Amino acid sequence: MPQMPKIATWHLPVPDVESATYWQGAREGKLLIKHCNACERHFFYPRAACPFCWSVDTSWRESSGRGNVYTFTVVHQNDLPPFRDRVPYVIAVIELEEGVRMTANVEGCSPDDVRCGMRVRVAFRDEARSEDDVVSLPVFRPEG
Amino acid sequence: MIAGIAESRFGDVPDATALELHQEAAALAVADAGLAKDDVDGLFSCGADLLHPLLLAEYLGIRPRYVDGTQVGGSAWEFFLHHAVGAIESGLCDVALLNYATTSRSDLKRKVRSANVAIEARGPAQFESAYGHTVIGRHAMAATRHMHEFGTTSAQLAEIAVQMRANASRNPLAMYRDPITVDDVLSSRLISSPLHKLDCCIRSDGGGAVVIVSEERARDLPKKPVWVLGAAEAISHHTMSEWHDFTESPAKYSAERAFAMAGVKPDEIDVLQVYDSFTITVLLTLEAMGFCAKGEGGAFVEGGRLTLDGSLPTNTDGGGLSSNHPGMRGLFLIIEAARQLRGEAEGRQVKDATLAAVNGTGGWFSSTGTLILGAD
Repeated sequence: MPQMPKIATWHLPVPDVESATYWQGAREGKLLIKHCNACERHFFYPRAACPFCWSVDTSWRESSGRGNVYTFTVVHQNDLPPFRDRVPYVIAVIELEEGVRMTANVEGCSPDDVRCGMRVRVAFRDEARSEDDVVSLPVFRPEG
Repeated sequence: MIAGIAESRFGDVPDATALELHQEAAALAVADAGLAKDDVDGLFSCGADLLHPLLLAEYLGIRPRYVDGTQVGGSAWEFFLHHAVGAIESGLCDVALLNYATTSRSDLKRKVRSANVAIEARGPAQFESAYGHTVIGRHAMAATRHMHEFGTTSAQLAEIAVQMRANASRNPLAMYRDPITVDDVLSSRLISSPLHKLDCCIRSDGGGAVVIVSEERARDLPKKPVWVLGAAEAISHHTMSEWHDFTESPAKYSAERAFAMAGVKPDEIDVLQVYDSFTITVLLTLEAMGFCAKGEGGAFVEGGRLTLDGSLPTNTDGGGLSSNHPGMRGLFLIIEAARQLRGEAEGRQVKDATLAAVNGTGGWFSSTGTLILGAD
């Protein structure tokens, strides 16, 4: 059954062999997405093989970081730390220019101002597991 | 066919364990079917525990020869019924027991569980967990998109909660029975926009059980048989960014297959039981099953259509929004549908109900199972 997390940074990503490059890119301020060299499609989240054609001939591409809000919600209640102290916050599905979608927070504006179709651009929010273990999370801000 | 149905005690049940409620419901449903414990040779169940079916079979003191523990969320029970029919037709078991219970409400009060689910940020969840996703938020995103594309309003979603409560007022066992208004829903706390507190299901303790047997065996049993005319399942996404259309429930596919198998059309259905984790769940399901066109769900639910006196009586026990919701509620949809088709829904019986449709939804519009049930 759902229980209160035992560690404060339970929510922070645990990189694995398929995602390490993505998180390293984020540390360097780049939003990396996977591209299939066989069927020429982008996909998200990153996997070793393309989910469309199962080719393992895939490569990383840097996204323009531009996109729009496909849908979102303003979370007013979450009893889990650290989010219980962050409400209200916006969680959205962003449609990137490259055609893939990803989940992220929308920051840098009032939650009441977020709309479907709103143009946004990637930014990075740092959170630390420890002094020498920092994660950069892609988030989005209104463009312009 | 469905031979036995039962609920355990539900609502606030602080003095029972979840396994105890499983057994309570199982014993009642097996007796309802006119069978005995030792007749059960198929077990279909899932729960939070690792190896749940093993734990449950051991607790019940049964050693079934066929076991299914498919875990796809609240629709698991419709998947199980689909699987049980196949297993019985193939001779893999004769008497299938679907059995479920939790003490989710009491566990929260005892502070042994949290309200929100902490999904560890490993695997694909590492691309969501850091942003503070919630189960309600995942559903709320569907409502936001539906409103954006089709102009659906919060008042229309509220209509669904109001009508489920009206149905609950005629069910003496329902947890919440006092009528509510659209204004009550809209003025209740925003939990995750645009969903308010009263757009969300309640949290209860409780369990249920359903017994399925072969057509041959059904003829000798005491209760009016409820036939499974159609059954189908469909899955969509696990990670939200993988859902291709936030206004389309996978019920579109499971319902199409189940209706085709039964040779029945939506306008022939007398009574409907659909998963109502949130008001938006009902709206997307009505559209996906073909009761109204896509985008027209908001207008469709206005005017009391889903009440016991409406043209499409839906969630006649009050549903998860008002009667009970221990967490994976799909089993209760089957129980209430069968009760209506038997003519046993005292105080809330839909007159001459002979055809029922059931749709369970699991995860966050991630899986659906649709059943078409009929009485002679």
